[in-house]
Amino acid sequence: MADETENNEAATPAAPIDAVLDAFKALPGVLAAERKLGEVALRAERDAAHGLLKTLRDSFAFEQVMDVCGVDYPERAERFEVVYNLLSVTRNERVRVIVCTDENTPVASVSDLWPCAIWWEREVWDLFGISFAGLPDHRRILSDYGFEGHPLRKDFPLTGYVEVHYDEDRKSVVYDKVKLTQEFRNFDFLSPWEGMTLLPGDEKVNRSRG
Amino acid sequence: MSEAAPTAKTVYEVDSHTINFGPQHPSAHGVLRLIMEMDGEVIERCDPHIGLLHRGTEKLIEYKSYMQAVPYFDRLDYVSPMSCEHAFALATEKLLGIEAPERAQWIRVMFAELTRVLNHLLNISHFALDCGAISPSLWMYEEREKLLLFYERASGARFHSNYFRPGGVSKDLPAGLAEDIAAWVDEFPKFIDEMEALLNGNRIFKQRLVDIGVISAEDALAWGFTGPSLRGSGVAWDLRRAQPYDKYAEVEFDVPVGKHGDSYDRYLVRMAEMRESLKIIKQALAKMKPGPVKVQDRKITPSTRAEMKHSMEALIHHFKLYTEGYHVPEGATYTAVEAPKGEFAVYLQSDGTNRPYRCKIRATGFSHLQAADKLCKGHMLADMVAILGSLDIVFGEIDR
Repeated sequence: MADETENNEAATPAAPIDAVLDAFKALPGVLAAERKLGEVALRAERDAAHGLLKTLRDSFAFEQVMDVCGVDYPERAERFEVVYNLLSVTRNERVRVIVCTDENTPVASVSDLWPCAIWWEREVWDLFGISFAGLPDHRRILSDYGFEGHPLRKDFPLTGYVEVHYDEDRKSVVYDKVKLTQEFRNFDFLSPWEGMTLLPGDEKVNRSRG
Repeated sequence: MSEAAPTAKTVYEVDSHTINFGPQHPSAHGVLRLIMEMDGEVIERCDPHIGLLHRGTEKLIEYKSYMQAVPYFDRLDYVSPMSCEHAFALATEKLLGIEAPERAQWIRVMFAELTRVLNHLLNISHFALDCGAISPSLWMYEEREKLLLFYERASGARFHSNYFRPGGVSKDLPAGLAEDIAAWVDEFPKFIDEMEALLNGNRIFKQRLVDIGVISAEDALAWGFTGPSLRGSGVAWDLRRAQPYDKYAEVEFDVPVGKHGDSYDRYLVRMAEMRESLKIIKQALAKMKPGPVKVQDRKITPSTRAEMKHSMEALIHHFKLYTEGYHVPEGATYTAVEAPKGEFAVYLQSDGTNRPYRCKIRATGFSHLQAADKLCKGHMLADMVAILGSLDIVFGEIDR
């Protein structure tokens, strides 16, 4: 094993870069493939994603799924992206597979391909509410027992809805609505010189010029 | 019990029962709760419940500028803070399209290796403590204290250093620190020798570790193992070697590899790694040349306080950096470093503004702990502690 990795190290820089990308492009289920900042990212059809990931594991020697995570784009029709980051230790290569989905459509679980995906997918379910078809253990993982909502969605407030404290009268830990002693401050520091086209209070400027 | 049963013809009822371990237990290495189904003294199923230390780091980072996000990384793996910062700094630099100056890269390599020693010292000492050896922890804490002093002298803080920033490091090494680190590097091998003499051949230590929690190379890969836990199973995979970042391509070191994939091999790999780290620190000290320690682009790194006293532009830059921060071009990157525990990575998605759109933290221990069920099955209850210790689990990063 040790020798294999060392040989690959020497071989990788010399290997033609685009041949790899073209091979990925030709796979069934790949919608788009690009190499940006030296990282290969594939966009895949949701229904074909499981088959694609299986091919990547079996024929392209991506032995490890390092990470499965969600990204939320509330303005899109299919608001969620599920991102699989794969690693091949024999080819010394990484690839990223991105699948889109919405709140109701489950994505096929890859826990049958890589057992360690179970927890990663549980985490995505917990934080984003993306369900996975065929995931053997669909419990929440990071949030509290009995937690409601999916905290990493963009429409979930940073402060959350409930807070927990010890109640002396009831002699137990209780949940209450969040009470902030100071208003939540979320400053918009985006520079008007770069972000905005119109300065506040200066709305008339275009009208007088027009 | 079972030997007595056939001759005496007595039927013993072994009831399967469920044990709750943690979340407050000294051997749980933090707030781990394990639900274990036991058949007598043997573990049949082990279900880790995590998330008791979940602080919503990823959500918080989405509301902070890139510079404000760095200190959160110290609080992830609080046993090796700088390695976590390293991943975020490299990811941001990649998106910004900048590279830290030579000296900054060498400082980072050096401190990343000091961090590795720092981490392994704590892991091995607690590991030994869990297995009944008290002296190593007392001695190793003394050594750790020396390293934390280096941390403090460089960054001003013992733990939450906020030292590796996108674009370099926050400040240059103070006078005399490099010499003191060099002196420590020369004396530390003697300490490792003592520890090895104390633990490697120790009968009790070996009885607790050898052939406990064995995982094959194939399984270790499938379960997402990285770092010493993967190398303990015989896979010579090290990101510092395979996908070098900063100045790792220019240093020479060996990658220690285990043979059996048991707890004892994982321990040996860590011991050997400390010696390799010393080699790297030595080379970094020798190759480090005077020069800037952060990118000289004032739109990304702040100017010095002295400069601000007489330059209007420096003052504006300072103000802009500490309110708005810098804008990071749109893009995504998955950047990984070889943290002491294994692959620690950041999946950073930028939408072109001054805050990360999504910052996913790939915690090393997350996948290691997940294999606890596989590793513990069929072992005795007391072995579970040894297995957990050998996986090097820290809840700051697992729960995020």
